[in-house]
Amino acid sequence: MTSPVRATGLSGSPFRESSVFLVVLLGCAAAASVCNLLVPADSTLHVSTYTITLLGKYLCYALLALSVDVVWGYCGILSLGHGAFFALGGYGMGMYLMRQIGARGVYGNPVLPDFMVFLNWKELPWYWLGMDHFWFAMLMALLVPGLLAFAFGWLAFRSRVTGVYLSIMTQALTYALMLAFFRNEMGFGGNNGLTDFKDIVGIDLQTDGARVSLFVITAMMLCIAYLASRYIMDSRLGRVLLSIRDGESRTRFLGYRTEYFKVWIFVYSALLAALAGIMYVPQVGIINPSEFSPLNSIEVVVWVAVGGRGTLYGAVIGALLVNYAKTKFTVLIPEAWVFVLGGLFVYVTLFLPRGIAGWIEDRASGRRQRPRRGLPQTG
Amino acid sequence: MWWLPLLLAALCCPRAVFPAVDDATFRAALESLKADSYRQEQAAIETFATVDDPRTEGILRALLDGDLHYRKSDGRMVITRDLDGRYRLADAVDGADLGTVSRFDVDKIRVNNHLRSVLRDLIARMNLTSRDAARRLQAVREMTGDTGSHAVALLRAAAQIETDGRVQRVIQVALALVDLENADATVRLRAVHALDGSVDDHARIALKRLLAKHDDGSYAEPETVVRKAVRKALRDIQDKLDLYQLFETIFFGISLGSVLLLSAIGLSITFGVMGVINMAHGEMMMLGAYTTYVVQQLMPNMIDASLWVAIPAAFLVSGLVGVGIERGVIRFLHGRPLETLLATFGISLILQQAVRTIFSPLNRQVVTPDWMSGSLEVNSALSITYNRLYILLFALIVFVILQVILKKTSLGLNVRAVSQNRAMARAIGVRTEWVDAMTFGLGSGIAGVAGVALSQLTNVGPNLGQSYIIDSFMVVVFGGVGNMLGTLVGGFTLGVANKFLEPLTGAVLANILILVFIILFIQKRPRGLFPQSGRAASD
Repeated sequence: MTSPVRATGLSGSPFRESSVFLVVLLGCAAAASVCNLLVPADSTLHVSTYTITLLGKYLCYALLALSVDVVWGYCGILSLGHGAFFALGGYGMGMYLMRQIGARGVYGNPVLPDFMVFLNWKELPWYWLGMDHFWFAMLMALLVPGLLAFAFGWLAFRSRVTGVYLSIMTQALTYALMLAFFRNEMGFGGNNGLTDFKDIVGIDLQTDGARVSLFVITAMMLCIAYLASRYIMDSRLGRVLLSIRDGESRTRFLGYRTEYFKVWIFVYSALLAALAGIMYVPQVGIINPSEFSPLNSIEVVVWVAVGGRGTLYGAVIGALLVNYAKTKFTVLIPEAWVFVLGGLFVYVTLFLPRGIAGWIEDRASGRRQRPRRGLPQTG
Repeated sequence: MWWLPLLLAALCCPRAVFPAVDDATFRAALESLKADSYRQEQAAIETFATVDDPRTEGILRALLDGDLHYRKSDGRMVITRDLDGRYRLADAVDGADLGTVSRFDVDKIRVNNHLRSVLRDLIARMNLTSRDAARRLQAVREMTGDTGSHAVALLRAAAQIETDGRVQRVIQVALALVDLENADATVRLRAVHALDGSVDDHARIALKRLLAKHDDGSYAEPETVVRKAVRKALRDIQDKLDLYQLFETIFFGISLGSVLLLSAIGLSITFGVMGVINMAHGEMMMLGAYTTYVVQQLMPNMIDASLWVAIPAAFLVSGLVGVGIERGVIRFLHGRPLETLLATFGISLILQQAVRTIFSPLNRQVVTPDWMSGSLEVNSALSITYNRLYILLFALIVFVILQVILKKTSLGLNVRAVSQNRAMARAIGVRTEWVDAMTFGLGSGIAGVAGVALSQLTNVGPNLGQSYIIDSFMVVVFGGVGNMLGTLVGGFTLGVANKFLEPLTGAVLANILILVFIILFIQKRPRGLFPQSGRAASD
């Protein structure tokens, strides 16, 4: 990829490619919703609420994969810690949902969540204040991961930590957060995390309507995130990012403060990841510290690698495919999944460096697929 | 000076001291305990106690507990154990099992209260005069806190002739504890001075008791001078305990550092030379630990020797797997460090799952050889476990061997050439591909050896290596990439820092603080403590 501009899309035009992607995504989401709500349960066309929730979960993962693609595919920053932003967003939503339980918890305390009563806490810690307001909780769920990304990115990029160093640092970040959130004293439910949610903005989470609404909202969020990212990547800013990926020193010599661009895109990406976490928690019904585990974050990277990085839609395809395979495998032969996942890492890096999207593009443009040297690295 | 205790024994009991005796003589001495009157029995007991034999004490204790009998049928002396109203008999001389009999088949060697106190006295005396210093120490420790006049007299006698410095100190503490209760203030004051700086628990508790207040507001210790001395003594004791605590923390830190060093050193080689993070490095350690387990399964009767077999075996297993990874995957990804990172991560997942499938996901039990268990007791406040001590030594030996390989062998020369300038090394005829494979094999083999050491400290399970990859990377980055000495310093620094933070913040927070510290440290010194200088430093 010597061209500074993004590789050509499905049919050559980014606009066509985006519209195809959006139509397929929204069409499927609408069809699934209709089939769940309007088609009677005994019909073959009926989509169960379980499937809807599962699809909603996949879409959250797709949004997370998109956020990783934005930094890795377009700016060459391999983050192994995006799960941290995802989980922080999720905890923000979880805190709001926890406060909505009110006096319906096991201990019936109108203010304190169950785990705090259990741990003999007398009053709400300061950082839980205000989390019972939806708008404030959502603001915090985005602001906290955003600030963390800013602080981390500012420190890391300013001192020119790149490549493998940066990757391990991000992994250490999420590892440290995991250790921290496992502690009961942190006030986030420790090992068990936050769960037993009842309702969101007054709507019971268990109803089909709530489930389908969350699913549709997630699909719309994904579309908006996709369009925003596409807009950024096609703008002048996106071109600078690409040039940072392909030759950071050269870009710096041309007069661009590359660290500002990197911090900016890192924060943007963290916000997308947090958004994914926010949508994830009400659909799955639990958030616990294992979401911070380094393995989770690195799995996201493999979704993007499988789908093809630097294409945006590739990340979404990769997330959906790998997670579908994971669901199938863990039901059929649970032990084999880790072998498959490990094999995917090796296979994709060795034989499919541009992922499925790259393979499709090669086919679409009529060239025979040749083994390529992959994307150039920074530094 | 083993004869001095014997001299005391001779002084206390002015009769001939028998050397260690054969069964017949011992049995004859034992027979004399069947006396007609308590008076004769006392004389017999006192004679018997001079029989210098390891069995003597057991017999006296049995007599004290009322377990010594003789069989009515043949008069044989037996030690009995009560089994629901029946007696299980063991021969008093050779301990042979003589079966279970009714309690009416045996007759007890009876003792009265007077004889009991004589017996206790004799047993204590025997132990205090034992040739074995450890046994004397044990005896004195048991008597510490006993203020009975008999015990005190014995201790005073023992203090006269004790030559072992450690036993003597413990005796002095025990005597000082007795003197603390003396009516004479000067004696008490001397006792307090004697206890000054003793880390014995008894001493601390007794001293604290002197400072306690009665209900009417008066102190347990009436004299102000003595109280002042007690306060000073307690302060000194606390200082000493703090000092030992400090030693212990440093030792734990160094021990953790040695583990970090072992795990990071292999990574440092591969990362330093090839610029590649091997995410499967932790799994190489896991393979080493499992090799130890397999070796122990293969030679269950020679656990003590198994480690010596396991070390080269683990080196070979992990080293070969490492060469396989390099040849099979990494060489195709040359110059793409991020892809290499992902691919090796995939390999680590596969290896973990393979171990889970073969050995089950549960932890496996690796036996610690006898020579590694137990601890070196410096005093009652400080002891050092042997396994940590040996692993520390082992880590240093591995480090030195590796230094020698890198500095003195042609392989080492090639490795350094490639790590400094790959293109130039190739140009002058170094087979860089071969060097890469060997470097990777060496690094992985070292990780396997580290796994053998780890199997002695932690549980051996499929997740053994996972937790070490981030820590090892931190050590390498902190010390400076490609610098062995940096890895050494980095490992020990982080280990000690971690152990010092732990009591203040708890283990988890200490871990987090160290991570944060390193992230900030990299801001200031992106190339670690000991950066490579010159041309090698530029990418």
